[in-house]
Amino acid sequence: MAGNKEIDAVTGVETTGHVWDGDLKELNKPLPKWWLYVLYASIVWSIGYWVLYPTWPGIDGYTRGILGYSQRAEVMKDVALAKQSQASFLEAIASKPIEEIEKNPDLMEFVLRGGATQFGNNCAPCHGKGAQGFKGYPNLNDDDWLWGGSNEAIQNTISYGIRSGHEKAHEGAMPRFGLDQLLTNAQISDTADYVLSLSGAAGDAAAIERGKAVFAEQCAACHGADAKGNLELGAPNLTDAIWLYGGRKADVEETVRNGRGGVMPAWEGKLDPVTIKMLAIYVHSLGGGK
Amino acid sequence: MEPVSVSKNGTPAEAAPGIARIDVAAVSSKALRSLYGTRQKIYPKRAKGTFRSIKWLVMAVTLGIYYLLPWFRWDRGPTLPNQAFLLDFANQRLFFGPIEIWAQELYFITGILVISALGLFLVTAIAGRMWCGYACPQTVWTDLMIAVERFWQGDRNARMRLDSAGWTFEKIWKKTATHVTWLLISLATGGVLVFYFRDAPTLAGELIRGDAPIVAYVFLGVFTATTYLLGGIAREQVCIYMCPWPRIQAAMFDAESLLVSYHDHRGEPRGPHKKGQSWLDRGDCIDCKACVAVCPMGIDIRDGAQLECIQCALCIDACDDIMGKVGRPKGLISYDTFLNVEAPAGAERSPVRFVRPRTVLYSVLIALVIGLMGWAWMARSTLQVSVIADRNPIFVTLSDGGVRNGYTVKILNKTHAHQQFRVGVDGLAGAHVSIVGFDGSDTPLTVEADSVRAYKVYVSVPPALRQQLSSSTNLKVSVTNVESGDTVITDTTFRSSGQ
Repeated sequence: MAGNKEIDAVTGVETTGHVWDGDLKELNKPLPKWWLYVLYASIVWSIGYWVLYPTWPGIDGYTRGILGYSQRAEVMKDVALAKQSQASFLEAIASKPIEEIEKNPDLMEFVLRGGATQFGNNCAPCHGKGAQGFKGYPNLNDDDWLWGGSNEAIQNTISYGIRSGHEKAHEGAMPRFGLDQLLTNAQISDTADYVLSLSGAAGDAAAIERGKAVFAEQCAACHGADAKGNLELGAPNLTDAIWLYGGRKADVEETVRNGRGGVMPAWEGKLDPVTIKMLAIYVHSLGGGK
Repeated sequence: MEPVSVSKNGTPAEAAPGIARIDVAAVSSKALRSLYGTRQKIYPKRAKGTFRSIKWLVMAVTLGIYYLLPWFRWDRGPTLPNQAFLLDFANQRLFFGPIEIWAQELYFITGILVISALGLFLVTAIAGRMWCGYACPQTVWTDLMIAVERFWQGDRNARMRLDSAGWTFEKIWKKTATHVTWLLISLATGGVLVFYFRDAPTLAGELIRGDAPIVAYVFLGVFTATTYLLGGIAREQVCIYMCPWPRIQAAMFDAESLLVSYHDHRGEPRGPHKKGQSWLDRGDCIDCKACVAVCPMGIDIRDGAQLECIQCALCIDACDDIMGKVGRPKGLISYDTFLNVEAPAGAERSPVRFVRPRTVLYSVLIALVIGLMGWAWMARSTLQVSVIADRNPIFVTLSDGGVRNGYTVKILNKTHAHQQFRVGVDGLAGAHVSIVGFDGSDTPLTVEADSVRAYKVYVSVPPALRQQLSSSTNLKVSVTNVESGDTVITDTTFRSSGQ
């Protein structure tokens, strides 16, 4: 090596001896030794890491490191801290009546954000992420309520559910007029025509007239003589533009023939009362609250 | 003629009568390079002259600003910090005197950085590495550390003697004093840094009592260590091996930039000058190596432009001093353009052109960015509104057959007093507006000082008008400050099922 040092004529600097493209040579620009030592120091440093922190995967686990550090534990610590900082809010929500909570912008912001999160975790599978609902699962954004749209009514519905088996659950179901042979197919068709006419649909006048008679006899008991529904029984308003199970004639006929009885679980016991209260206020805020 | 005294190794001991020839070799000289270089310690000799004075002044000003700035106060009212210059990360605000920048306005900082970068390009195009030579923190702190070293251990020769001597009591206390002073300076540097991020007097108390946030101690420790290490120990190694700027700056200057240059056509052939010798048949360089001895980077400027040179101009001071003593004109080493340095001997000097495409371009760009940022600043409103239309569900059919859209209206009040706002909607005939939590849309919404509030706003259209709606209608949401009348209008859309 020492014998065949090549000095670049232009710069007077020694070359590394590497040649590209026949004549392109690399000047020897030495790396300082301390830089090399920094590399070695980094390697030593990393060994320190192996000892102190979880590092190497094994067959059933990994090396834990003597510091006992775990990212999961860090997260749990942060979660506990966050819970602690929420305590004053949660206490206020538990103790104050809903009207008072709604007048406090700070509390309200907390309730709506927390409510939205809890809704996403617990309610969205059936009602949708935006509470937009699906066939058979009510849209909670609109102003049509089967069991009442006040804060308290919503809170009750969430707590005890609908046909959930809970002793305080909302009960009452749409009978199976066709399956149980209470009405003939022709009567069912007439009734559907009448019900659709209530919300402005055109139909055969004679059929509507016949359907009206059937309705007065069979349906008015729950849905009311004016078909505006009954919140006590969860009987929907049939004169509005909203149809839980669809608003085509076939849909309505199916409802009358086979009956309906959707189920909502009771959340009492699964969620704490404060969460249920937050959920009620959140759902109420979605726009249809009464 | 007097005989020239000769030193042991055969080279003359005097460069000219009365001027010692310094026994020094350029540490980074081109002949001494190997693959993994061992660092050779540089002992910069003290320089005196114009540029050294300028450097002392720049050091005093820059360090003065750095150490004192956090202590200046600025009254912003009771709710806000009264520190003039504060990077308040905890509350996501930056305070520069009367200027207050929120996190979402960080583009102002981007603007300042762009202006700084272009300014650096412009200065480099005009006069080379002015930044490196005078203002870079690495240069300034290294300069300070060298001054400290000189104060305790003496100038170049004394320091070299001390280093080659054994561990005597004198060496131990001088070295200890130097390092202790370095550490104190470093501690002050790291200490001041954290004051930029938290109210200085409060933090100073906390630091002393030991109950400051952990992160303050960490940063204090890191910056103390780096100042000591980079400024005291590593010095020129930082510029040569760590800093990318020396590599980039070569593209920034051209043949007409003023660079610290040795005029070899005037200096060569160099050699010791004997008393009475004629200057006619030789160069002005008497090879006294004063330029090499003062160089903090350990280079020989007479080798020409090189990456290591930070253009601190101390060699100019050293050489001018020598030229004065031997009675030759100053400026053998001086700020000059490559064009002039390379011009044939005797050719007329071309004047330096400061106005040339490169400098004009940088100046225009700087003016452009300043103009843009200035305009943005003037147009900056203390009221910011964002309207986010619900996307799930995008619209809701109401029981009466009407249609309703939901919007989240965020009102950001950047003033230091609480403000009241009214929300209105334009562009949708017959639309009804309601705000969650309020009885009517006329109720003023209160947003506290320096904060943002989100309101849920519902806009509904009755069934009769629904027929006229397409699937998407343009809608303007206006937010008006009740007191000042300032209005922000935001465009959004109203969705419906369409025809």
